Amino acid sequence: MPPKYNIHTTRMPGRFQPVTKSGVIAWEEGCLKCTRCVKKDCVYKVYEKRELDTRQMLDSLDSVCMDCFRCVQNCPNRLIQKGLNPAYKVLGDQYWTPEIISTLWLQAESGRIPVSGAGYGGPFSGPGFDAMWTDMSEIVRPTRDGIHGREYISTTVDLGRKLMALEFAPDGSLMTRTPPLVEIPLPVIFDLLPWSPPGEQITLALLEGAKSLGTFTIIRQSDLDSEIEQYLPNIIVFIDKKPESLGPGLLNRLRMVEIPDGKNTIAIKTMLKEINPELIVIIRLPLSPEVSERALTLTSEGAEVLHFYADEFGLEHADKPLFIKERIKEIHLCLVEKGLRDQVTFLAGGGIAMAEHMAKLIICGTDALTIDIPLLVAMECRVCRRCKEGIDCPVELDKVDPEWGSARIRNLMAGWHNQLLEILGAMGIREVRRLRGEMGRAMFFEDLEKEVFATMGKRG
Amino acid sequence: MATETNRFVFPEKRETPSRFRNAIGKYRITIAKACNNCGLCIELCPYGVFKKGLRKPKPSCDHLCLGFPCSKNTFYCVERCPEKAISLAVNPSFEILGDKRWPAELLASTWHMAETGKIPHQDLNYKTGNSSGGFDKLRFVFPEGKTGGKSDEISTAIELNRSGDSRPRITIPIPLYLGGMSFGSVSIATMLSRARAATALNTFCCTGEGGYPDELIPYDNHIITQVATGLFGVREETIKRVRIVEFKYAQGAKPGLGGHLLGDKVTQRVAQMREAIAGSALFSPFPFHSVYSVEDHKKHVDWIKEINQKALVSVKVSTPTDVDMVVVGSYYAGAHIVQLDGSYGGTGAAPDISKKNIAMPIEYALPKVHKFLLEEGIRDKITIIASGGIRTAYDMAKAIAMGADGVCLGTADLVALECIRCHHCESGRGCARGIATTDFELVKLMELEWGTQRIINMYEAWRDQLVYILKRFDMKSVTELTGRFDTLVHLDYMGKEEIEGEIE
Repeated sequence: MPPKYNIHTTRMPGRFQPVTKSGVIAWEEGCLKCTRCVKKDCVYKVYEKRELDTRQMLDSLDSVCMDCFRCVQNCPNRLIQKGLNPAYKVLGDQYWTPEIISTLWLQAESGRIPVSGAGYGGPFSGPGFDAMWTDMSEIVRPTRDGIHGREYISTTVDLGRKLMALEFAPDGSLMTRTPPLVEIPLPVIFDLLPWSPPGEQITLALLEGAKSLGTFTIIRQSDLDSEIEQYLPNIIVFIDKKPESLGPGLLNRLRMVEIPDGKNTIAIKTMLKEINPELIVIIRLPLSPEVSERALTLTSEGAEVLHFYADEFGLEHADKPLFIKERIKEIHLCLVEKGLRDQVTFLAGGGIAMAEHMAKLIICGTDALTIDIPLLVAMECRVCRRCKEGIDCPVELDKVDPEWGSARIRNLMAGWHNQLLEILGAMGIREVRRLRGEMGRAMFFEDLEKEVFATMGKRG
Repeated sequence: MATETNRFVFPEKRETPSRFRNAIGKYRITIAKACNNCGLCIELCPYGVFKKGLRKPKPSCDHLCLGFPCSKNTFYCVERCPEKAISLAVNPSFEILGDKRWPAELLASTWHMAETGKIPHQDLNYKTGNSSGGFDKLRFVFPEGKTGGKSDEISTAIELNRSGDSRPRITIPIPLYLGGMSFGSVSIATMLSRARAATALNTFCCTGEGGYPDELIPYDNHIITQVATGLFGVREETIKRVRIVEFKYAQGAKPGLGGHLLGDKVTQRVAQMREAIAGSALFSPFPFHSVYSVEDHKKHVDWIKEINQKALVSVKVSTPTDVDMVVVGSYYAGAHIVQLDGSYGGTGAAPDISKKNIAMPIEYALPKVHKFLLEEGIRDKITIIASGGIRTAYDMAKAIAMGADGVCLGTADLVALECIRCHHCESGRGCARGIATTDFELVKLMELEWGTQRIINMYEAWRDQLVYILKRFDMKSVTELTGRFDTLVHLDYMGKEEIEGEIE
């Protein structure tokens, strides 16, 4: 058994005051000046704890208030109310909701998984990943107690081409040449960012984060420089120039590179591997209605790792785009049917926003995921996309200290890792490799609705 | 069965207003300085919104106000005020209360039922939440024009032992009992309020895992004691004391996960109850490490049946893909009751990822289980209790129409006790409203009489609504409603124009 994977977390407060869901509205006019003001009775002592938050020279009241409504309900002249914060409502967009963003902030700050009382308060189901539930074990199947660390659950995955059989010589020596494999302790790789403020600080935070987690960051060849190259063991170089331009000097120091899918994909892969046979070449291809066919071809031609990507909302490139989870399911099943699935590794990304998406996409057939926007959100990004328009970042992401940023990223990944363990534990699965494609251990909205509701009330 | 109900006299409903000075309502009334204190508004309002004041009336009960829809009435104070001093607005605090499952209107209407024992007269939706699926998309279709029989001839009673064995037949006059919340997770006042309300309503209340405090002994006949994976506080004498023993295999709040009581919550009293050491964290593992098959499960059930020869055995399970098989297994292991706990419920602190994603909502699990038991020919031998996401009387009735015999509640009780669902049960000293805490100061926020009556009021209001629904279907007993899918439509699959009847 490999040593237990443990992510070190440290509390890492934000540089800015978080945008809270609601604010305290307290009128002064009409105050009776009670000797025992309800503000003094606050259970959480927020009126005493409030101070000038020097981060932005703002009152800290709203970020310490716990919404118990005691003061609202007890002020004799009803001068205290709570109101919705308009800035919260406009965080992110329909996909990257204020709830997702604020939960990611919380995890990045604390390294802890979100826990709350009083049941679930969200919608019944929703589009995309919200239209599926994962299974649990009961009575006849054991679970595994992963989160409290008493039973070991592995989250390690292997990237590379897998052999279906080994051949041995009569003397017992291995005849098959085993292809290179890279092991990552968490099924997550940091992807190219869809947008971000300029500057190298963010990249360095990502790289430092990947290094401390034992995973990789995908970096454009054109962005490489001496500072970034210090992190080569944790870099997957995305070849955005002529492949020949990546000299043997650099290629021999890399474990993985990524190339965009194109006309000569396999030829380029062969060329690169001739220079460094231990290199793994990842093929990056956009999700589309034709992608299963392409995946099939590439796999039969010897592809090692296929990296499928959707846009930042998890959608493929098509007139009527399918969501990433549906398309990955299709590709996975297509390769399973042809008996090829186990030979190749899948990476998939685009629209991965929460820990549960990780588990769900693996169930739908990918081996590991690539993430992007959550890494920025870990560093307080508000998904306003102003940087895309060339406008200054409201949280000065371009000026982050890589040490601070990487600690926040590590905290977030620690939270995600623990949540993945929760899901695996509940299902009684002892390693994430066994979760891949386990669609029978998940429940899909479409199937359940058809089975239960679609016929309801239809008479005769 | 009907006679049983008729014999049972429900306790009196009594006005039990909010513990706090200002109740939270949908609307907020303010009276401007222009007021000449003529008192007309006090006189006009039939709902008692205004109270006399020294310089001007006080709108101290504006949570009872009808709001803007009142403008059509002759007693609309805003219009009638001679000084035009009254202004009406939506309460800004109301807008941030609640969530999709428990929107502010559902919270406020539950508070109203707990206060008055009646369905809300205000402009509040007390039937559905805002979750866009499941119960919130299901509607009853009442036959047009039919009004049904007399309300007092309708029985809402159910049998809990349908197995035909020699154990007692237990009938409860309403198809609900109260679910487990452990000692330590809620205050003793909350625990006792629930137990006393259950006693007054002649139904049951479960102890949860964590022991059987002596304060509950007077209510023994209405207590379900829980045997959960940690076996905390389980003793031969506690098993012998009760009429129903519940095995908790899993819970909807955290399906597939164990429990973890933090060290500082393990006070001397909690530790004593759980036979543990104060200050050290307690793990409640998942699952029962002695049960890996239906045969093991049967051994468990036999063990309880042996210790208490008269008790009924209930099995509480969550909702995995194979929930139907689990229920059949429990039946063959000898359970009288199976409680299906759907994934959206729960009261205790749990990881958000599990509440949202692990196991299926009760709305899917119930029909699956009901149909499967029918096919197996054993549906009438076992009692199915649904829980995990039942918020209203309409949810209860829908759950029954989808295949349950009755329901089990938790969150609704807490809301009746003025929980606002801030979700911070675990923070600091525990619940700031004195419901889910053992902090010596905070527990003083609630009185036993008050809590008991609020819960009684709410469930009597629920019973009234259930009777109304049964009456509309011309049913004489709630048992006729079980599994009647044909009484329901799902708005996503049937257009309003296709529906014959009145939907509600």
